[in-house]
Amino acid sequence: MAFLASDEEAEPVDLMNKRAVFKSWWLPIAFAMPQLLLIFFFFYWPATSVLTWAFSLEPAFGGVGERLFVGWDNFREVFADTEYWRSVSLSLLFAFGATALSMFIAFVLAICVDRQLKGSGLFRFFYIWPYAIAAPAVGLAFRFIFAPESGLIAVVNTWSPDLWNPAKFGSHAMILVVVCFAWKWIGYNFIFMTAGLQSIPRSLIEASAMDGSGPVRRAFDLQIPLLAPTLFFLLVLNLTESFVGPDTYGIVDLTTEGGPNKSTDVMVYRIVSEAFRGLNYSGAAAQSLVLIALIMLFTFIQFRYVERRVHYK
Amino acid sequence: MKTLGVKLGLAAAALAVGLGATPALAEKVKFEFWYGLSGDLGERVQDACKKFNDSQADYEIVCTSQNGYPETVQNAIAAYRAKKHPAVVQVFDGGTLDLMLSGAFVPAKKLMEDNGYKIDWANYFGGIANYYATSKGELYSFPFNSSTAMFYYNVDAFTKAGIEGAPQTWEDVEAAARKLKAAGFSCPLGFSFDTWATVEQFSAIHNQPIATKNNGYDGLDTELVINKTKLVDHLTFFKKMTDEGLFVVKTKQLGMDVVPAFTSETCQMIQSSIADHGTIGKTIKPGAKWDVTMLPVWKGTERQNSLVGGASLWVLNNRPEAEYKGAAAFLNFIAQPDMVEWWSTVTGYIPVTKTGFEAMKANGFYDKPAYKGRDKAIASLTFTPTSANTRGIRLGGFPQIRKEISDAMEGIFFGKLTVQAGLDQAVERGNAILRRFEKTYAGRALN
Repeated sequence: MAFLASDEEAEPVDLMNKRAVFKSWWLPIAFAMPQLLLIFFFFYWPATSVLTWAFSLEPAFGGVGERLFVGWDNFREVFADTEYWRSVSLSLLFAFGATALSMFIAFVLAICVDRQLKGSGLFRFFYIWPYAIAAPAVGLAFRFIFAPESGLIAVVNTWSPDLWNPAKFGSHAMILVVVCFAWKWIGYNFIFMTAGLQSIPRSLIEASAMDGSGPVRRAFDLQIPLLAPTLFFLLVLNLTESFVGPDTYGIVDLTTEGGPNKSTDVMVYRIVSEAFRGLNYSGAAAQSLVLIALIMLFTFIQFRYVERRVHYK
Repeated sequence: MKTLGVKLGLAAAALAVGLGATPALAEKVKFEFWYGLSGDLGERVQDACKKFNDSQADYEIVCTSQNGYPETVQNAIAAYRAKKHPAVVQVFDGGTLDLMLSGAFVPAKKLMEDNGYKIDWANYFGGIANYYATSKGELYSFPFNSSTAMFYYNVDAFTKAGIEGAPQTWEDVEAAARKLKAAGFSCPLGFSFDTWATVEQFSAIHNQPIATKNNGYDGLDTELVINKTKLVDHLTFFKKMTDEGLFVVKTKQLGMDVVPAFTSETCQMIQSSIADHGTIGKTIKPGAKWDVTMLPVWKGTERQNSLVGGASLWVLNNRPEAEYKGAAAFLNFIAQPDMVEWWSTVTGYIPVTKTGFEAMKANGFYDKPAYKGRDKAIASLTFTPTSANTRGIRLGGFPQIRKEISDAMEGIFFGKLTVQAGLDQAVERGNAILRRFEKTYAGRALN
């Protein structure tokens, strides 16, 4: 905030177009203080203890002074673990799968609602609901519905045994968690997309309709390009959220518990279970730092390469 | 150094309490107890707390459920780090070593001596106490809710299939499973990937080690050996039975765990905790005949005692001195024979003391139809004096090791792993956890 103000001050004074500039340096800081304090207490402070743990071996109940500094050992151990790399690729698979599925379905739904099809007002109201449900609750519901022997879906296994068995097959388990995550996030994506679509001038859509283009053509030629900033925002958000978000943990914990035989052991689940079930604070701290680095890299790539194709005006 | 710090902390805390307590002299000393049991069992803990509070006027125990064993340990750790921890905390069997090495507790024996209680430590069943004692036999925590794994079978189904009596050996189980299958039962025996019965208890009663160094009692440099013991043959047998459709996997993820599978009469035999005895009695179809017996052994095995499961109560340090008086009073209270009997009656957990057990026997508790068979759990636990392999399992990061073993079982029964490869995988990953634990606690000795 403070440097923004000074930036403006440095500009040549434009008398015709006078802007209000904060001259004092402390006022903007004072305004930003509540937020800064929040970030300090809930992000930077914990982050520093994660940092100390990551470079030492932290006993569960603490014990300052006895903590052993081990340098990069925890990281070396993490990187040398093949299970860890498997977990990274599973996380990527999960993040891309869940993001693609939820954004695609949300987009189709948004387009339909935007076309003012019958009942769209009602649907617009209902589609947001799943987002309001806590992830563990979603996970629990999905576990019951998709239980291969006693869930609603069990009927498919009477057609052919093991047609659907997420307890047995890793691929099915991955599909289950992806669907579960997508289901929850469709509503969220839907709201943003609907809002975006509604800001596209009607006349454009109508003109192209009169020129004979169908809904699919209009979506590709008009709506997607015009919606690009919204889509990009949602892409970043969905990828980050599915990669590291609490929803992912909640869903995996309640449905598959990372199984069968670690087929859905995504990074967040692994970190939380190592830290809290295994009380391996140091290993988990090292993994968290790697995860943060990966997310930064991830976001950087998106902004560097994807955002170039997004036009805001 | 540490003890001095503790003493200073205690002195300061005692002073603070002393100052704070002056205005209201008659006020009771409050202290907290965190436990992991929830639901019906959690309410029984509340009953126990209420009984204690009603029994005397000096102390008030405040009991809070943390909804789960691992959660209780996690929350206690977080609270301990923030110096807002409870005086008494319930810790499950798998978390025992974490507490032992934490340096964050008051040993059971010391607490009772300091507060003037005479406890006959020999009164605890050896198979129970040794799990929570040092390798020299000194008890660190108080056995509270104790159980062991048992074998449940559906008598109606057995009669229908023409099987008589309880299966004593795994050969009997196989024969029974074949007859049940022939009689049209689709799931003769249900099992899950929970390691407690199939791996840990199996190893104990067959006198097989889980890990070197006497299952970890003699040092943190212990290594898993489950890929070299009779367990390999045992799981190979399970795998064969599963392939033939005689044993059936029942897990939460599939839609039904073993206990509901038994109570819904889907499966006719299961291995489960004696603590489920009450639940099974309450939820199985009224009139259904079922029974419980000790876990089977392989023919020709000299059966050993089984391991205790459940949890014990730890007293954390750095609390005001007055709270320890209350904690000691509470722990003494729940160890009285009538309380032991009450607790065992309402929950299904076994009595942890010999006098408690004798009192229950004398009252004819085990002759009542609803409780028939529960004494077999005591018989199983006390079958022999504990050996190096049946004293307990003292491994760092044990909950995670259990998960590694059950992951491997998923791989064996659902994936493409062979039994040997699966157990090798579990041992390799488990040993990595043990090595890290050893390094983390390098400065602390295991007693």
